Amino acid sequence: MDAQTALVASLCLPVVGAIGVQALGRTAGENVRDAWTVLVGLATFGCVTQLVGPVMSGARPSLWLPHQMAGLGLGFEVEPLGLLFGLVASGLWILTSLYGFGYMRGHHEKNQTRFFTCFALAIAAALGIAFAGDLVTLFLFYEILTFSTFPLVTHAGTEAAVRAGRVYLGILVSTSVLFLLLAILWTASISPTLRFTPGGILDGHIDGDAARLLFLLFAYGVGKAALMPFHRWLPAAMVAPTPVSALLHAVAVVKAGVFTVLKVALYVFGIDFLAQGEVSTAVVWIAAITILAASIRALYLDNFKARLAYSTISQLSYIVLGAALATSAAAMGAGLHILMHALGKITLFFVAGAVYVVAHKTEVSQLDGLGRRMPFTFGAFCVASFSIIGLPPLGGAWSKWYLVSGAFDAGQTLMALVFMASSLLSIGYLMPIVVRAFFRPLPAGEEEGVREIPMLMLLPICATALGCLLIFFYADAAYRLLAPVVGLAG
Amino acid sequence: MSHLYEHLPALQVLVPLMAAPLCFLLRKEALVGAFTVAVSFVCLGISASLLGQVLDGHVIVYEFGGWPRPFGIEYRIDLLNAFVLLTVSALAAVVFVAGPGQARRAIPPGREYLFYSAALLCLTGLLGVTITGDVFNVFVFMEISSLSSYILISLGRERRALMAAYSYLIMGTIGATFLLIGIGLMYQMTGTLNMVDMAERLQHVNHTRTVLVALAFVVVGISTKLAVFPLHQWLPNAYSFAPPIVSAFLASTATKVAYYLLIRFCLGLFGLVFVFETVGIDTLLMPLSVLAMFVGSIAAIYQTDFKRLLAYSSIAQIGYMTLGLSLATEAGVAAGIVHLFNHALMKGALFLVAACVTWRVGGTKIGAMKGLGQRMPWTMAALVASGLAIIGVPGTVGFVSKWALVSAALEKDALGLAFLIMASSVLAVVYVWRLVEVAYFATPEGEIEKKDAPLRLLIPTWILAGASIWFGLFSSFPMRVSELAAAQIFRVGL
Repeated sequence: MDAQTALVASLCLPVVGAIGVQALGRTAGENVRDAWTVLVGLATFGCVTQLVGPVMSGARPSLWLPHQMAGLGLGFEVEPLGLLFGLVASGLWILTSLYGFGYMRGHHEKNQTRFFTCFALAIAAALGIAFAGDLVTLFLFYEILTFSTFPLVTHAGTEAAVRAGRVYLGILVSTSVLFLLLAILWTASISPTLRFTPGGILDGHIDGDAARLLFLLFAYGVGKAALMPFHRWLPAAMVAPTPVSALLHAVAVVKAGVFTVLKVALYVFGIDFLAQGEVSTAVVWIAAITILAASIRALYLDNFKARLAYSTISQLSYIVLGAALATSAAAMGAGLHILMHALGKITLFFVAGAVYVVAHKTEVSQLDGLGRRMPFTFGAFCVASFSIIGLPPLGGAWSKWYLVSGAFDAGQTLMALVFMASSLLSIGYLMPIVVRAFFRPLPAGEEEGVREIPMLMLLPICATALGCLLIFFYADAAYRLLAPVVGLAG
Repeated sequence: MSHLYEHLPALQVLVPLMAAPLCFLLRKEALVGAFTVAVSFVCLGISASLLGQVLDGHVIVYEFGGWPRPFGIEYRIDLLNAFVLLTVSALAAVVFVAGPGQARRAIPPGREYLFYSAALLCLTGLLGVTITGDVFNVFVFMEISSLSSYILISLGRERRALMAAYSYLIMGTIGATFLLIGIGLMYQMTGTLNMVDMAERLQHVNHTRTVLVALAFVVVGISTKLAVFPLHQWLPNAYSFAPPIVSAFLASTATKVAYYLLIRFCLGLFGLVFVFETVGIDTLLMPLSVLAMFVGSIAAIYQTDFKRLLAYSSIAQIGYMTLGLSLATEAGVAAGIVHLFNHALMKGALFLVAACVTWRVGGTKIGAMKGLGQRMPWTMAALVASGLAIIGVPGTVGFVSKWALVSAALEKDALGLAFLIMASSVLAVVYVWRLVEVAYFATPEGEIEKKDAPLRLLIPTWILAGASIWFGLFSSFPMRVSELAAAQIFRVGL
């Protein structure tokens, strides 16, 4: 398969998948429907991997549509960073689907067909963001992602879900329209092109305070990156079923946000331009504050998913901070962290959902002794937590390494300390869960003995936890993929 | 056949004009309905052909009876009015397919033909206003369209429709009278009613107070018809008490034609320099447009009736159009023109959704729409699609409009204005999403049978909703035509 066909196929397959899910869900029963989802997931991931070879060897498969939107280009171009995000989103889609079947059935959820349809559409949108060739295309898929995930957030249909949906949509849409679209239009009015270009398109067209304001507009415009004070949608979205929280609100949606920020930093501003005029200073500080404030907030939250949500907010700002520090190493760390954090955080959410389905427990304080009942589940949780904290030999160690050394490169010792402090804080909010699960006795009246979760859920959990471990040894591949983009020697 | 081809400009108006009395002869409802739809599609064909002829930038001048100006009346078709003609006749054709809908209840059995002939007369008037090159003709056709629209509005189911039609009549007549006074003053100063001659001669006398007063009368008169804030008072009642089909027709055509007139008079007749530089009308029009955007959207948020919500949303959307004009740049006017087309599509679709809702639940109270997402899935999907367009989500026509308008604002370095446009479109999220929440998340009371609107209503609804997505993704046609039309009126004049 040549690269361009693979590009088209990977964009179209999830949409075909969504249509198929709709059709099969009505006619063929849930087993056929779910098998179809997995099949499409595998095919999509297969197509995306087909792109790796060409991109590694320097090709940039692209597709520009003949029809144009608002006189603007509508097109796609695969570059390393987007490819990495595409691989993460489409690869984890397969695992989440498996997990989702177990979760949704175990929990007897209604409207499963609608659920998996919207899920596939969300993946299509995420891949559209990953491969977008210019700002307008990116914005198009960014909004599609928001609206296609809305039915997932409000899946339960309860009053609480509707309220959460309002916060979700309200923050994401209003920041994107008020700030992001304005920033894009502003860029369009000063720059000759909106296409992502290595080294940026803005140098020489804007400077000083205007450039700082524009970067700030971009950073806040991407509400999905959850910079404070526009982070509240993320905890609100936790009302969704756990597979949604796991894939979308730990991986696809939030990573789409930070990916956009990173992409803007690299391909619209260019890290040289960002660094020379101190264009990103405000964003550096905002991201640092978000990292610390969200970590501290996570310490005090008893709700399992809410704690993980705040941990996500904090970890997302690692990536924003990495982009804003504007050094090669920091950008590399940010890019790697998209992958590393995705693997770690999806595991944590999987575990939270498993605990809910099997033991009906939602609070951290209820987890006493559960580790002995579900040793594999909580073993995986432990591994993933170490990765999030950044301990070797787990994937998170690499991204943190590059982020910290990037901070030193930029002469921002304080920011290196922020990363360090946040690691300590993440020990503080993740380790008590492991300790409770393994070292506290079960509450009186609950039966002892191993009672693991269904295989459909356990397998993905073990797979992602194993991924955290393996990626430590194979991080070199990701490094070589990203090196040319951030200006490091391959 | 080629003989007929030459007379297309005259036929554009004559076909619906002659068809209106013919409805009286046909009488039978099915027959009249089919006839009206056929006529409106003929009009659409004619205007499409006219637009095709002027796309290269040349202007069709059609002299009635072969009398050249200044003796005869001429029709004058350039890109701008050809595009408006196409918009109006396309929307009329689609909406007429739906038939009188709810208006039927107000009509005694066997008298449906009266509805159709009023609708055709209204179409005649709107097309006539747009196509003519004679200012007095503008007034005459405007009266034709207005009088027939009062009839159409008064057909609403509630008795308040009569009151709404009456207050629209008062406001509309005042507006038309102002326009007539303005035209009279212009005639007094130039001695001609032909637009080309008048534009040329106004250049020499525009320092006089008479012309200044004429401009004031004309702008206020047209603004009343266009429902520019704060002259919009008639619109919410008229749109919300009229039968939904009529609202769909008027919302997507009547105000659009008024906007066309505003451009034609300001830029074509009085001239850019006089209107915007000497008089500085933008210092008034711009704040009013911004106010309209906010007041309309905020008022829409608090409405309890679907149609009334749409009416207030229209006021806000008209604000976008007039804002485009008030920028007084080619890009701004192009943004206004493309929004004219785009808004016709999305608001037409939304009012047709209101027609479907009325058919199903007997009214358009938002409270009555609970759970309609499950009960009429196709209608509500159209609501979501066209609602997203109103919000301006990328991939819909609303985004194209917003992009064009904000680019135009940024071109003038008006970053604050660009921010205000964005902020007001966030308000649209609130009122559109209120509808979506009621339709999809509220539990319906009483019967919950799944029964969608009849195809006769559903197909036109989806044509417009689909078009508001289609032209959002593939916007080169409307965008290109709007840019060319704006360029023509800026560079060639009239």
